[in-house]
Amino acid sequence: MPAVSKGDGMRGLAVFISDIRNCKSKEAEIKRINKELANIRSKFKGDKALDGYSKKKYVCKLLFIFLLGHDIDFGHMEAVNLLSSNKYTEKQIGYLFISVLVNSNSELIRLINNAIKNDLSSRNPTFMCLALHCIANVGSREMAEAFAGEIPRILVAGDTMDSVKQSAALCLLRLYKASPDLVLMGEWTSRVVHLLNDQHMGVVTAAISLITCLSSKNPDEFKTCVSLAVSRLSRIVSSASTDLQDYTYYFVPAPWLSCKLLRLLQCYPPPEDGAVKGRLVECLETILNKAQEPPKSKKVQHSNAKNAILFEAISLIIHYDSEPNLLVRACNQLGQFLQHRETNLRYLALESMCTLASSEFSHEAVKTHIETVINALKTERDVSVRQRAADLLYAMCDRSNAKQIVAEMLSYLETADYSIREEMVLKVAILAEKYAVDYSWYVDTILNLIRIAGDYVSEEVWYRVIQIVINRDDVQGYAAKTVFEALQAPACHENMVKVGGYILGEFGNLIAGDPRSSPLVQFNLLHSKFHLCSVPTRALLLSAYIKFINLFPETKATIQEVLRSDSQIRNSDVELQQRAVEYLKLSSIASTDVLATVLEEMPPFPERESSILAKLKKKKGPGAVSVELEDGKERGDYLSHSNGSSTPSPSADLLGLRSTAPASGATPSAGSLLVDVFSEAGPSATSAGVNDDGFLRFVCKNNGVLFENQLLQIGIKSEYRQNLGRMYLFYGNKTSVQFVSFNTTVSCPGELQSHILQLEPLVEGGAQVQQVINIECLTDFIDAPLLNIKFRYGGALQNISLKLPVTINKFFQPTEMAAADFFQRWKQLSQPQQEAQKIFKASHGMDTEVLKAKLLGLGTALLENVDPNPENYVCAGVIQTKAQQVGCLLRLEPNAQAQMYRLTLRSSKDTVSQRVCDLLAEQF
Amino acid sequence: MMRFMLLFSRQGKLRLQKWYTATAERDKKKMVRELMQVVLARKPKMSSFLEWRDLKIVYKRYASLYFCCAVEEQDNELITLEVIHRFVELLDKYFGSVCELDIIFNFEKAYFILDEFLIGGEIQDTSKKSVLKAIEQADLLQEVHTHTHHREKK
Repeated sequence: MPAVSKGDGMRGLAVFISDIRNCKSKEAEIKRINKELANIRSKFKGDKALDGYSKKKYVCKLLFIFLLGHDIDFGHMEAVNLLSSNKYTEKQIGYLFISVLVNSNSELIRLINNAIKNDLSSRNPTFMCLALHCIANVGSREMAEAFAGEIPRILVAGDTMDSVKQSAALCLLRLYKASPDLVLMGEWTSRVVHLLNDQHMGVVTAAISLITCLSSKNPDEFKTCVSLAVSRLSRIVSSASTDLQDYTYYFVPAPWLSCKLLRLLQCYPPPEDGAVKGRLVECLETILNKAQEPPKSKKVQHSNAKNAILFEAISLIIHYDSEPNLLVRACNQLGQFLQHRETNLRYLALESMCTLASSEFSHEAVKTHIETVINALKTERDVSVRQRAADLLYAMCDRSNAKQIVAEMLSYLETADYSIREEMVLKVAILAEKYAVDYSWYVDTILNLIRIAGDYVSEEVWYRVIQIVINRDDVQGYAAKTVFEALQAPACHENMVKVGGYILGEFGNLIAGDPRSSPLVQFNLLHSKFHLCSVPTRALLLSAYIKFINLFPETKATIQEVLRSDSQIRNSDVELQQRAVEYLKLSSIASTDVLATVLEEMPPFPERESSILAKLKKKKGPGAVSVELEDGKERGDYLSHSNGSSTPSPSADLLGLRSTAPASGATPSAGSLLVDVFSEAGPSATSAGVNDDGFLRFVCKNNGVLFENQLLQIGIKSEYRQNLGRMYLFYGNKTSVQFVSFNTTVSCPGELQSHILQLEPLVEGGAQVQQVINIECLTDFIDAPLLNIKFRYGGALQNISLKLPVTINKFFQPTEMAAADFFQRWKQLSQPQQEAQKIFKASHGMDTEVLKAKLLGLGTALLENVDPNPENYVCAGVIQTKAQQVGCLLRLEPNAQAQMYRLTLRSSKDTVSQRVCDLLAEQF
Repeated sequence: MMRFMLLFSRQGKLRLQKWYTATAERDKKKMVRELMQVVLARKPKMSSFLEWRDLKIVYKRYASLYFCCAVEEQDNELITLEVIHRFVELLDKYFGSVCELDIIFNFEKAYFILDEFLIGGEIQDTSKKSVLKAIEQADLLQEVHTHTHHREKK
């Protein structure tokens, strides 16, 4: 037995560990363990009461066995007994066992909590700390229920020892993270903030983690921490390297605390107080200056600690995104690191620059490093560093350098690691589409992508190239020519055959004039690949063949012969056989006209978010898609680049909604405005006023009864897509008498545009008539359109004004995103005016499913597994207006106990946050 | 916040595991296996950081032992590297030139030291003196309470 045992040696334990280490095989180990388990079990069950020492020893052995990876199903009770021992080591082992092995056996939890309670009130600081560690290690809900009230008291009590305060702060943090609803804010919260001023650096270090977490969740309640943090930081940054004694780490004063302070400040926008801000900017400048000073030590610990602070300071500068001078300095500093001999620093510089690239102040400065980054992509020996370089190239890409970056990424793909190929392919495909100025370049790039990394080109990528070629007639001829050339290669990837088959089938005629690519040459080329392809590709090729018969009647005989061959018409695959039979029949019996109609060129695809982008988002949370999610601007760019300009066909207009609006029937809205002013001043007859209640019922739903009185019922059905909406109104005459002079008008606020189809002036008794209103959202708005209905019933004039339930949220497009993205975006929207918050009482039940349904009805994506607290709901969406797109994040925190909600909205536009918040707050 | 810390040997033997969020045993085993494989396959000159699932992994090798931490997206990699180093210094100071065997035979002590240093995945104190004082006080307490032999500290 080696004499390495420390403290009070448990000889038996050391012998046992030695035995296990000497076991020659897994079987021998299991045998030895089983023997030990049997021994311990008999000791625990034996008649003789075990003394504390033996109990401790056996519990420790069980723990060792468990940590080796074996199951332990007994000994918990003995461990719990140890908790109430007054011998420190016994108690300590008991707590350790509980921390590692506790399960939610409620009977046991009660006993454990009892023991903890005793230790917490023992006034013995060592015992108190042990108990607090245990709570923090287990962190279960039961423990939060038992101690969430007590720990804040210990934390802020005047007579609590420093070491206990430290444990209490972090213990509370753990409970807050696990069960935030159980940790109630109160008088203690303001005192916690002042721990930032504590004389004991250890207390500050522990407390700041708690304060940072609380601040990020409740920024307003904790905002006094900003000035305290700045002055603490300033004192540390300006102190000499030995001032802080034991808190100086390799000549760097308090690096951990400095990093934490800088992190805390990232929960807030830049300080408003000029003096505080000035002091902070001074600190940041000092930190940047220190990076240029010669190192005080050659040890890596010195430079790591120093640079840790530097990177955190740069994060804060990027977070503020308001000091161009600091941003550029940060960028230059990172530029130096890009060429540093330490791999770690190169890695971090690439990572940090990625976020800098999205700031308008530093985007250009980042771009100057393009050659270095490309070089990193080519020469770095560590794949994780190369990955960072690829991410950065993606982030710094814009119209000016897209061709260069895409070319470099393509050439890197030829040798890229398998692990990152698929992601690289997606990125290249996205950049090529996003920054395509001429679409021939786009087509070239995607075909190259298929040639170089065909296996990694997912369906989304080749679907997308086909969609774009079909929607843009200026590139169709070029695409046909290029795929034709690409297919000449003796070995070409099956994805190339798919694209080739589809494009030649649609647009082969555009190159058929050239004898080198005559119809028959095209067909023979495609068919030469047929036998090497999988069933789905063959099916696609068969469809291309029948399209050929339509495009080029001269190929009919040849193709019919192929279709008629046994290998097609009797193919064992049912799909292929069916296609062969049907196409053969179609080509022989249908007239040219019928054939031309059936096999007409594909209509343009409706524009929607690129499925590639969606895929990349799903595949990779952080980093990869931050560029797109950055801002409505960027995303809008991408989504809309081919929206209108390229597609002359009227049906290409999104969903065709606009095309149905007749030029003639449009109501002049200026005229109806007068009517409305009048009707609001005092409706003339028996009519109802404005329907606020009815209106609010439709925030989270699109269909239902909008209005009803004794005469008339109005139902609505509505649908929305992008910034367009269409609403069907159903007017039901509930009487047996006809309504005459039935007339409706809609007046819109300036932010909306509407077209209404006029109705016949007569509505028969018992009849229902339908009216369509098309709505376009130009920019965000608050006031709803007003619908005014006038008709005569038995001679009396009826006048009804109704708010149409068109609310800003109707133009939401849901956005799925991963937790990391969500929180990054959330953080970026931290300006006070970007946030709207309401705390309100529940006016309905708080049933989960109902809440979810409402949030989905709002139009946002309900994001699962994002909020650390499963009770909370978070959602994301983009509001589509003609002028801009507004990204919107939402968080709803129910408190079932208090029957209250807290609702927080963040978006890039203050009016939107407020409006959505107001609307939604009425829904629960 | 640190999600977990693992100590394992070059041979892939897990020597210490500390989890700061509730994780099912099955998932723990799977994560440990997967991560050990990734880290052990890396070459000496490579960076100490890598992305793994939604976490950042920060690791460093000391003699035969790998110290490997998983931290969250917003955490600072370099300071995490120094968390590892400070933990190694604490072990070293307590055991006196710590080696893998010390941690194997005194695993419970290693856990106690870690608990004095980190709670809930956050730093409790960075001062070597404060942390060691807490541990030594505990050792002293057990001397008073127990009658077993207590080895002298250097």
